[in-house]
Amino acid sequence: MGEPGTKAPLSLEELEAATSMRTGRKHVLSILVENKSGVLTRIAGLFARRGFNIDTLTVGPTDDEQISRVTLTVDGALHPIDQVTKQLHKLINVLKIRDLEPADTVARELALFKVAADGVQRGELMQIAEIFRGKVVDVTKRAVIIEVTGTTEKIEAFEGMVRPFGLIEMMRTGEIAISRGRSET
Amino acid sequence: MRAVDAVMECLKAEGVDVVFGLPGGANLPTYDAFVNGGIRHILVRHEAGGGHAAEGYAKATGKVGVAFATSGPGATNLITPICDAMMDSVPVVFITGQVRTELLGTDGFQEADTIGISMPVVKHSFMIQHPQEIPRAIHEAFHIARTGRPGPVLIDIPQDLSRAEIDYEPVTDVRLPGYQPRVEGNQKQIRQAAKALAAAQRPVIYAGGGVVNANASEELTEFATSDRFPVTCTLMGLGAFPAPHEQWLGMLGMHGTRAANYAMDEADLICAVGARFDDRITGKLSEFAPRAKFIHIDVDPAEISKNVPAHIPIVGDAKHVLAKLLIEYRAIGADPARLSAWWTRIEGWREKYPLGYEDSSDSEIKPQFMVQALYEATNGEAIVTSDVGQHQMWAAQYYDFPEPRRWINSGGLGTMGFGLPAAMGAAIGCPERVVCCIAGDGSVQMNAQELATCAQNEIPIKVFIMNNGFLGMVRQWQELFWDGKYSHVETGEFPDFVKLAEAYGATGMRFEDKATLVEDMKRAIATDGPVVVDVRVTREENTYPMIPAGQAAREMVG
Repeated sequence: MGEPGTKAPLSLEELEAATSMRTGRKHVLSILVENKSGVLTRIAGLFARRGFNIDTLTVGPTDDEQISRVTLTVDGALHPIDQVTKQLHKLINVLKIRDLEPADTVARELALFKVAADGVQRGELMQIAEIFRGKVVDVTKRAVIIEVTGTTEKIEAFEGMVRPFGLIEMMRTGEIAISRGRSET
Repeated sequence: MRAVDAVMECLKAEGVDVVFGLPGGANLPTYDAFVNGGIRHILVRHEAGGGHAAEGYAKATGKVGVAFATSGPGATNLITPICDAMMDSVPVVFITGQVRTELLGTDGFQEADTIGISMPVVKHSFMIQHPQEIPRAIHEAFHIARTGRPGPVLIDIPQDLSRAEIDYEPVTDVRLPGYQPRVEGNQKQIRQAAKALAAAQRPVIYAGGGVVNANASEELTEFATSDRFPVTCTLMGLGAFPAPHEQWLGMLGMHGTRAANYAMDEADLICAVGARFDDRITGKLSEFAPRAKFIHIDVDPAEISKNVPAHIPIVGDAKHVLAKLLIEYRAIGADPARLSAWWTRIEGWREKYPLGYEDSSDSEIKPQFMVQALYEATNGEAIVTSDVGQHQMWAAQYYDFPEPRRWINSGGLGTMGFGLPAAMGAAIGCPERVVCCIAGDGSVQMNAQELATCAQNEIPIKVFIMNNGFLGMVRQWQELFWDGKYSHVETGEFPDFVKLAEAYGATGMRFEDKATLVEDMKRAIATDGPVVVDVRVTREENTYPMIPAGQAAREMVG
């Protein structure tokens, strides 16, 4: 950059504008917030009025009881992610935001599937559950409930497998995520 | 002491010398504290008037304005001023009463979810849940309101908590770990900006309200005149650069000058300072300043690259950044002669397209002439407030503001009824100055009740109503863009503003003759107390020049 007063010439042609504001991929934002009333409303309200869409949202405590963590996923193809994070930063109760790099992140979601299963089908279902390292957590005459943990892709794949059996109901938590290595998320 | 008495102590510690408000059930304890609280309180006639007065006070003085209201309807009446303060970055603290905590959530009498209703339009808000929190919340509210990008902060205090006893200890610090505005500006980026400015052949400085808020007009002027940079300001920035001045292009945007808009259109480098590329500035975004690179200086990082991608973003306060930019720029020693061709081009536009209008040949008062007459009658030294519409644009075009904080209007939200209460607040904040409101006959009625406040408190505002008997700007759009079919824009001669003024205890006057207008205005200004003047102007006059909505600067008409 040079010292002040250096006449290293600068050509306006060389200046480049802020790069594309839409990244085209899913973003997992890990947000530390002060544990105060109304914080979630402020975040949700901000997304609503700026026209941003939240794909998933989870809130939970951290090891500091004054601080909570909000993990939310946003589609970077639809929204300028830098605008989203800058607007979030303006909320006084938001302490820190990390836009987690997919390669450096472990993300998990928990899902419960209630699937129609009588007699014959039950065995086949349990085999599929085993392949996905799922657990059968409840069995009745007409249905089973299977618990699956994993990435969003894995859960969606499992859903695809069990849907033909007659998917009665599905519950998903939304993703939580943590960064790899020693640094804090 | 009672929490409400602590509120008074906190306000005094923040240097508050006046608050605007209206009492009600939920803030009765607060009003009891005002009796011996040592804080001047102005009783307004509608909470919106109080909110706008607090804004006017803040804009005129640079200090934080304060407005009080009770719960429910009192609080909802404040929503327009809160939103207005948000859009125009005005530092105001709003303190509302709330129903007793045992009634919260039960649809109690005069209960409204004030925090919820106001959440989208505040910089921050505090719902008090324990009386001991009150002093800290007040100090943090003032800190948030006045620092960074200023804005409105609301504190909602349930009635029972406000009267509770607390151990009051003065608060001397704020604990806001999530709020650390960056004001200094990145040195490398500033150096890069200086180099770009030195390389530019057709630069323009585009300054906005952020320069006024940062008290940076001296720095702006010094920087702009360190070379021959052409300067234009937004509606909110008027006065940040002294007008008239040889480097002053006039206001830009929808009703800006051709010189300013054409310069933006042909510029190779635009240096935006405390401005946010609002649609009233850019017109059609895809055709805005197509040849330009952008330096964008703003204290709010979210404004940078929001509408127009910046080539050199600088997050910082205009005052700090411009001072540093000046040092860097001087060190380069750029040659001012490189701008000669650019100035020749600009001079050409100035000569060909000066601001102007066809004056009447008889005694009729043209609205533009009315503003020029007021400029003459006040030697250009008044604080001028306005409502929203044609009169606002003519005031912006024809009253050359030599200093910041002289022009007070509602830009972002465009709130009709802003001008009169804002003038009231400005007059209380700056008692040594003449404060005039240029109002529309449509707008002024939206907060005319504050004339009673002015009369009761001898607040000597001079309200000049530009009376054309129409909601003028809407009429203009219907004429130009809706085939001239007028739909509900004619207000006629109602009310009789002279009688209205007199009914409120103010002085009423009516001026209809161009020949004596300046002298008549001087007489109005010399009259003690609040004065309302009904100035009869041309009924159907259009505000020009104009960039039709959604079009490019090149398509200016009129």
